[in-house]
Amino acid sequence: MANASYVRDQMLPPQAPPVSEAGVVKWLRENLFSGWFNTILTLVGVVVIYWLVVSALPWWLNSVWNAESLSQCREIVAATAGEGATGACWAMIRERWHQFIFGFYPPELWWRPVMAFGLLFAAMAPVLFAGQKKNLTLILGAVGLFLLVTLGLAGAPMGGWIASLVLVGGLIALVQVMPGRLLWFTAIYPALCFWLLWGGSVWTPIVAMLGFVVMGGAYLALVGRLGPTASALIGVFLAVFWWLFLDIPITTALASMIGGGLDQVDSDQFGGFLLAITIGVTAITFSLPIGILLALGRQSDMLIVKTLCVGFIEFIRGVPLITLLFTASLLLQYFLPPGTNFDIILRVIILVTLFAAAYLAEVIRGGLAALPRGQYEAADALGLDYWRAQRLIILPQALKISIPAIVSTFIGLFKDTTLVAFVGLMDPLKGVTQIVRADIDWKGIYWEPYIFVGAIFFVICFGMSRYSMYLERKLKTDHR
Amino acid sequence: MSEHAIDRSKMKVSDEVAIQISAMNKWYGTFHVLRDINMTVQRGERIVICGPSGSGKSTLIRCINRLEEHQQGQIVVDGTELTNDLKNIDKVRSEVGMVFQHFNLFPHLTILENCTLAPIWVRKVPKKEAEETAMHFLRKVKIPEQANKYPGQLSGGQQQRVAIARSLCMRPRIMLFDEPTSALDPEMIKEVLDTMIELAEEGMTMLCVTHEMGFAQAVANRVIFMDQGQIVEQNEPKEFFNNPKSERTKLFLSQILGH
Ligand SMILES: Nc1ncnc2c1ncn2[C@@H]1O[C@H](COP(=O)(O)OP(=O)(O)OP(=O)(O)O)[C@@H](O)[C@H]1O
Ligand SMILES: [Mg+2]
Repeated sequence: MANASYVRDQMLPPQAPPVSEAGVVKWLRENLFSGWFNTILTLVGVVVIYWLVVSALPWWLNSVWNAESLSQCREIVAATAGEGATGACWAMIRERWHQFIFGFYPPELWWRPVMAFGLLFAAMAPVLFAGQKKNLTLILGAVGLFLLVTLGLAGAPMGGWIASLVLVGGLIALVQVMPGRLLWFTAIYPALCFWLLWGGSVWTPIVAMLGFVVMGGAYLALVGRLGPTASALIGVFLAVFWWLFLDIPITTALASMIGGGLDQVDSDQFGGFLLAITIGVTAITFSLPIGILLALGRQSDMLIVKTLCVGFIEFIRGVPLITLLFTASLLLQYFLPPGTNFDIILRVIILVTLFAAAYLAEVIRGGLAALPRGQYEAADALGLDYWRAQRLIILPQALKISIPAIVSTFIGLFKDTTLVAFVGLMDPLKGVTQIVRADIDWKGIYWEPYIFVGAIFFVICFGMSRYSMYLERKLKTDHR
Repeated sequence: MSEHAIDRSKMKVSDEVAIQISAMNKWYGTFHVLRDINMTVQRGERIVICGPSGSGKSTLIRCINRLEEHQQGQIVVDGTELTNDLKNIDKVRSEVGMVFQHFNLFPHLTILENCTLAPIWVRKVPKKEAEETAMHFLRKVKIPEQANKYPGQLSGGQQQRVAIARSLCMRPRIMLFDEPTSALDPEMIKEVLDTMIELAEEGMTMLCVTHEMGFAQAVANRVIFMDQGQIVEQNEPKEFFNNPKSERTKLFLSQILGH
């Protein structure tokens, strides 16, 4: 008979797991060789990787960085690696990198886009890392360092160099005291950026910004009497009126009284990543609020608002972006007073923005639909009005749900900026590459420009993707 | 029910009218969900509404803060008639607190932020003061230590108590409860009911849809029985439970009390 009572008199020390259960062997067995099918897949994978490496590696290893032309590249490869060997010819990038970055932007003015690019991060930081003193300081420090070096390299005039460093220094100091106030810089940045890029009178950005002051002023003056929706509409209407009819005369008048400004650069001199980033960043910035408004409009009880939003969204989504770009001039000409000559880049920005906004509206609508009714009801029951309920309760949650899809749309938008090649703008992928290959020296070069441009696109898009993952993690509060 | 004897000293019903509903009708499409509702609630009254599923209990109390719109008749809350006038609706909603079956806390905000949001944005209370008020009510519902957690980290009973505190932070004069305990486990039901009893003891005007008959007997001064969108019977709890008049009420009580 077994004895039911049992007492352990000796405790067992922990032992290392058997070999098959630990480390590399276990990992290999579980992940690569867990069955005959998996084993075959693993072997096929290894063969494919081997084949790719063997066929591409020499090309990378034989890279040539110093040459005058493609034929010279080939001679060097033949001389060092033997006849018939292949090799990448990065010498082309070394000679033409600036066209990929700046297009035909005048070299002595490169410092302006460089400065705008550096300050872009200073402007984005308070939005991307709101209230995080340490991250903000780090980013602003990096921006300062970047400007210190690159503005020096680009040969910026002393005044601009010092002014930008003082500005960044001031922002760093501001972060330590009142990080929230950094958003003021974000608010004026668009005007500053466009002034730096296109140049012209100092009054151009100031008068353009005053349009927003008109909008806000009208809103604040009327909101007490007419309620938020009506006064916002009137504000927007007045601002558009300002930009269309008053902006140019006022700017001209002011400029004739007090001069001063930067050399003007025409839109057809823009190209490469300067163009892609200008269009991409502007469109991303403006498409999100428009997309939110469209999504809310689509859910509205007001029939006219709803119909307009649905019509707009479905129209834009139903038409290829290229069609919109082609008809950009025609379409916009209908809505603008006759005689206005609309800048091609601005035209493209408006269309890309609207295009992305329509997609975002649907993405955000998905987020809104995912919220339980109870959230709306609780907000109502607490006495929050429509706009406060949206801003404080509904949108934060809906946008959070939609982050992955929103960022996907942004990434798509950014890559779609290369489509502006079709309306004659010099995008980095097709436009610049075509110009480079039209040069007798680099005729026939194929992989190198695409790999270079592709790599830069990848870095930017991967950055966006990582940021979205960070944001998702940071905002995760449901603890499910 | 609750261990301690219920203190009825402050549970005074005044003559002042808190809610007046007269000849109110409501339809969902063609479905006549509330039929000729007449009801007066005095300040300080604790009313329990019960009835079979689908009888319109939720719809009725949701009409009182205009989460649902009625099509006929009149609803006057604290002297303000509910019409399409948004100002009136906002006024009533800031006077009337509501607690839902599924809590409906805001999952992206901490408990404290849940409680301070409406006072700050609707009542324009300074943040500091709103936080003090919130902590006061969180202590009252006995979870001040959870203030900085998120709703997802709390148990159901705790969440419902936060929801009650959140409503109280708006200093409402009337509280509506729509089956506040029916999504909870038994031991959590008790902690929520205790909170509600405390509220009743302080003289709050309460309308409560619930099937907790113990609560009704202990706290309510009137029980309303609804069926098919109508008020079928109302009486003080003792009479209502011991001596129901209508056949429907008898049937309902026998089902719910299990005898
Ligand atoms: N939004 C709506 N549209 C159409 N019919 C509805 C809607 N909401 C509720 N109803 C119907 O109205 C009737 C009353 O619903 P209500 O939610 O008020 O019932 P209840 O008494 O609260 O029931 P329960 O005890 O199940 O919560 C039900 O028959 C329900 O199907
Ligand atoms: Mg109900």
